[in-house]
Amino acid sequence: MIIAERKPVAEIIEMTSGCAKILVLGCRGCVSVCSAGGEREVEILASLLRLGHRKEGRSVETVQGTLVRQCDREYIDEMDQWDGTYDAVVSMACGVGVNFIANLRPGTLVFPAVNTSFFGGSPEQGVWAEQCAGCGNCILHHTGGLCPVARCAKSLMNGPCGGSQGGRCEIHPDVACIWQQIHDRLESLGRKEQIINIAPIRDWRPAGHGGPRKVVRDDLTV
Amino acid sequence: MSEFVPDIRAFCCHYTSQQTCADGREGLEKVGFPANVTLLRVPCTGKLQVSTLLQAFEDGADGVYVVGCPPDECHNVKGSRRAAKRVGAVKKALGELSVEEGRVEMFHLERGYHPEFVAAAREMDKRLRTMGPCPFKGEAE
Repeated sequence: MIIAERKPVAEIIEMTSGCAKILVLGCRGCVSVCSAGGEREVEILASLLRLGHRKEGRSVETVQGTLVRQCDREYIDEMDQWDGTYDAVVSMACGVGVNFIANLRPGTLVFPAVNTSFFGGSPEQGVWAEQCAGCGNCILHHTGGLCPVARCAKSLMNGPCGGSQGGRCEIHPDVACIWQQIHDRLESLGRKEQIINIAPIRDWRPAGHGGPRKVVRDDLTV
Repeated sequence: MSEFVPDIRAFCCHYTSQQTCADGREGLEKVGFPANVTLLRVPCTGKLQVSTLLQAFEDGADGVYVVGCPPDECHNVKGSRRAAKRVGAVKKALGELSVEEGRVEMFHLERGYHPEFVAAAREMDKRLRTMGPCPFKGEAE
């Protein structure tokens, strides 16, 4: 899922300093699962905005809502129900949601409430770790299912590097060397010879280096 | 000028406060419990949400505190530890808003009658009298 973290409240208060009525809009997608922008977080942020603005001597009203997703047109259309009740939207969705609101609602002022961080999973409650970089050309079949693009500090295609010591990465003792893990995993799967293969120089265009990416499924378009 | 009397809201675990509160409000005040502390008893402090504590500030509290079981002796296993984490989240949010983090506090107390329950209230009362009115009470335009 997409992992996000709420921005510092003071930053959101500054963004909304000229607004008297704010729609705090959550998303029931990824940001709800990673506890950054679901219904509960909407309730907390709305309260913090009211308190923060009040502290600055401003009276602010908040309207609270949460959409199924903010990354699909049909759900963004549901924002019509709040028309006329707000001056600006504070979106608690990832950056995709903020962009979708901006794309589809030309007259709506929208601000981001979260920093969209990475694609990750939750190894334990309250912890999220990056697992995928969305690089557009998956090589996990070569690496035992572990991603060096996202999980190697240098995104090396042929690792480990000389900074791998005792299974840890040189950037920090808390960071595992993913290439050590790839090696160990392939060995345990009886596929150790795979690591000998030299990966060729990578074409990074599918990773976004060729401009904004788009997927078109002709079989789904009507 | 009259002395500032803080409005304090205390969220207390039912089990932790049961015996101390047995003689009611009058009994509590006889042993020195400040009259300006509003007691809000909950079945378990683990039930308290961050938004519940923030709402107390919105409702005019100068300070808010939670009294729950000792961390490893919660009647509901992890309730008081969850409460402590949520109090921590409110402290962080207050800090982000440049408001004293000490306006919210967590106390872990044993069950049964004990003077610490009163002492926690008196500590918060003393602390908040020193801090003065909560900045959230500022006059909105």
